[in-house]
This record gives sequence, structure tokens and C-alpha cells, in this order.
Amino acid sequence: MQKKLILDSDLLDLTISRLCQQLIENHNDFSETVIIGMQPRGIYVAEILHKKLEKDTKKEIPFGYLDATFYRDDFRRRDTPIKASETRIDFIIEGKKVVLVDDVLFTGRSIRAAMDSMIAFGRPTTVELVVLIDRKYNRELPIAADYVGKTVNTLASQRVLVELEAQGHKQNKIWLINKD
Amino acid sequence: MSKLSQKHLLGIKDITREDIELIFETADNFKEVINRPIKKVPSLRDVTIANVFFENSTRTRLSFELAQKRLSADVVNFSASNSSVKKGETLLDTVNNILAMKVDMIVMRHASPGAAHYLSKHINANIVNAGDGTHEHPTQALLDAFSIREKLGSVSGKKVAIIGDILHSRVALSNIFALKKLGAKVMVCGPPTLLPKFIGQLGVEVEFDVHKALQWCDVANVLRIQLERQHIKYFPSLREYSLYYGITKKILDSLKKPIVIMHPGPINRGVELSSDAADSSHSIILDQVENGVAVRMAVLYLLAGATS
Repeated sequence: MQKKLILDSDLLDLTISRLCQQLIENHNDFSETVIIGMQPRGIYVAEILHKKLEKDTKKEIPFGYLDATFYRDDFRRRDTPIKASETRIDFIIEGKKVVLVDDVLFTGRSIRAAMDSMIAFGRPTTVELVVLIDRKYNRELPIAADYVGKTVNTLASQRVLVELEAQGHKQNKIWLINKD
Repeated sequence: MSKLSQKHLLGIKDITREDIELIFETADNFKEVINRPIKKVPSLRDVTIANVFFENSTRTRLSFELAQKRLSADVVNFSASNSSVKKGETLLDTVNNILAMKVDMIVMRHASPGAAHYLSKHINANIVNAGDGTHEHPTQALLDAFSIREKLGSVSGKKVAIIGDILHSRVALSNIFALKKLGAKVMVCGPPTLLPKFIGQLGVEVEFDVHKALQWCDVANVLRIQLERQHIKYFPSLREYSLYYGITKKILDSLKKPIVIMHPGPINRGVELSSDAADSSHSIILDQVENGVAVRMAVLYLLAGATS
């Protein structure tokens, strides 16, 4: 199994800072903005971003987790159902600017499911997508991210592995793995 | 990945502790869903479910139907009282006719113990047993255990007394299996005529004095006296039963520690449970009903999702 490092800890910090700056440019004081992390792995990236944004803007920004398992389009099309995770959105997203955060953008299908599931919490004014890694050339739906940490050209046979300290790993590292 | 070890839910006896825990974790998520302003998810939109009820039911049937609708399944309801069963059609013919209309799952209640097992051997669809005679009522036991877990944090190590008509109760049997699998201590309590002779062999304690049972337990699951199944007299009168086995607020207040009161419904107020006890802060009877929908959603979701 071949492993190639795409982002190390230092580069990840820089990337996160850049993403925060881009968000601040577009969201001013964040008074109408909410941040939602996608379960199961996007929540860690979302937490890092949210913490840094609150620190930089000195504002409280509503933050939640969204699980889109029950909205997936591959239910009954795979051997076993995917295990659901917790959804925790303690605020109303009606009329808000939603910033949706995930770790890796691949086929775009989980983002479609996420947008569907969001409707249960109200009608947002806008929805923007932040991803740490954008896997180019693998999209199956017309979905694109508004803020991208790093774009990588990958084959469908490859996998992106995100290891974050928040998930219990020793160091922040993001790998590209060849599945053989 | 997450998958139940069985294709059907016929009884708690057939499933594992891991299955029960998976159902609970999934039900946690569905409980959050049914408390949203929009309570519906599209998971089962290409699934058709038939609720086949050969015996009367209000709560279970309504709960299953709501669970199915909140998962976006198509639902057809069948009740034996106004069907061709009255004209002499067999169970297998009835169900095969329903399945020929492209139904994917069957939720069945039947007066004969083992009816769901029998069906599972002869048809291809997923089957959920919604009660088979005096045998099992698995989803009720799951929602009871789920409610205990929600109220007390866990089921393991808790003392649960099942009080009342154990002899005719499918809820009691399924509860015993579920609670034992989850590591609880179980006691059954009732008049000797309403306790099955060999119930102790299931690894439960047997007590005839309701006061001692209440003193012992953390949770009392009070069962209804099933007069419709009692063709001979098991006790002299309802009044006498109520006098010796009825649970009142006064008795609950006299205990050393507060206990949780559960009841699978329908309650015979003033017989097994007095009104002041059923409506007291000890009671989680309405939480059980709410949890019933979430637990049934989890069961249907997990069974429908396992395609291999």
C-alpha cells in the first residue's frame, strides 16, 4: 500500500488560516452566519475552523453537526446500511448564511444529501461549502466547493486519509493512499 | 458498517446483544429526527410495508405506521376482521397475495405463538413480529429497554421487576430476554396462578409479594391483566387483584428509594396501576410511547437497509 503525504501539520495550519481569512472577507462580522460540520469526519475540520474564526473575529458563531445518513441515495444499494451519527443543530437556520464544512469532497453525493437534510431545519439564505481536500475529476453530481484547502488529482482507486489530532492522532497529516 | 445478524425481527431470543445496541444507537438518531419541525426522512422511499394485523391493536399499529411514514415508506394496512380471512383463506395465502402486489416488508401481529417464525420459513420478505400470541413482542421489549437506558443511563446492572399477568404476556417474555441480554437483573411478580410454572429457568427471580418486589427493584414494568386471554378464573375478582397487586402512589411513596414505573399500555386504571401512580413523576409511560416510534424506525431502517 503506497502512501503519499499531501498536507503536513505546518501546511495544514497555513491552509486553515487561509480558509478563515477567505471566510472573514465574505462574511464580515458573521452576524448572519452559522457553521455546520458534516458527520462523521467533517466535524473535526469544522471545529478547528470555528474555533479559529471565533478567536479572530471575537464573535460567537453558532456551530452544529449535521448527519445526512438518512438522506443518502445509496440506501439499499449497498450490503449494509451506514451507521448514523449525531445531528446537533440547536439554532434555526432559516434566513441564515450556512457554511457547510467537510473534510474531503469526492463524488458530491454526501453534500447533496446534506443539503436535503438541512431543509428540516429551515430555509437558509445561502449555503456555502468549505472542504479541506477537493478530489478533482471524481465528481458524479454538479457540486463544487466555495472554499478549498487543497485540490488534488486522484483516481477512483485512490483514497484520501485525513488524520487530525482532534481525532486522536499524534500529528495532523493528510495522505493519499493507493488501494491495491 | 452496521448490520443486524438477522433478516427478520421475530423475537428477542433470536438476536444478539450487539443487535440490540445497534438498534438503540440508531434509535437515538431517529429520536432526534422525530423531534425536528420536519419529522420525516427519505430513507425508505422505495420500500412498501404491509401491516398485517390478525389481532386488535391501537398503539403498536399506530406506532409502526408512524415509524413507516416518517421513513417515507409506502404503507398498506390489513386487519383480519374485515378481510377474506373470514372466508377461510390460510395465513400463507393471505400473505403471499399481499407480497404478489410487490410488498417488501411485513409487520405482523397474530394470535398464534410462532406465526411470524412460520411465515419467515415460507416467504422471502423481511418480517417484523408485532406480537404473536403469548410468545414474543420484540419491539415492545426493545422500546422498554431503550426507555430504561434513557432514564437511568444504562440497563446493565439495573433491577427490573415485571409485575402482573406473566402467564399470558408476550411483553414479559420478550422483556426478560432483552433485559437479560443487556445485563439487567430481572424479577417477575404476580399471583402464583399468573406465573408460568418453569419461569425461574429463564434466570429470573420469582416473587409473590408486590411490596417486596417494589422494594427490591429500580424499575417496575407493570403489565395489564389480559382478561381477553383468560378463559378460566385465575383470581377471584379484579377488586381482589387490585387490593393485593395494584400499585398506588401511597405504596410508591413508602419505598426507600424512588423507582421508575413503566406500563406497555393499555392501562386498566385502578386495577394494576392507580391513576395517581400512573400520572406521577415516577411514571415514564408516555416516554415509552414516544420511544416506540424511534425504536421501530430503527428496526425498519436496519432491516430494510441490509440487502445482502
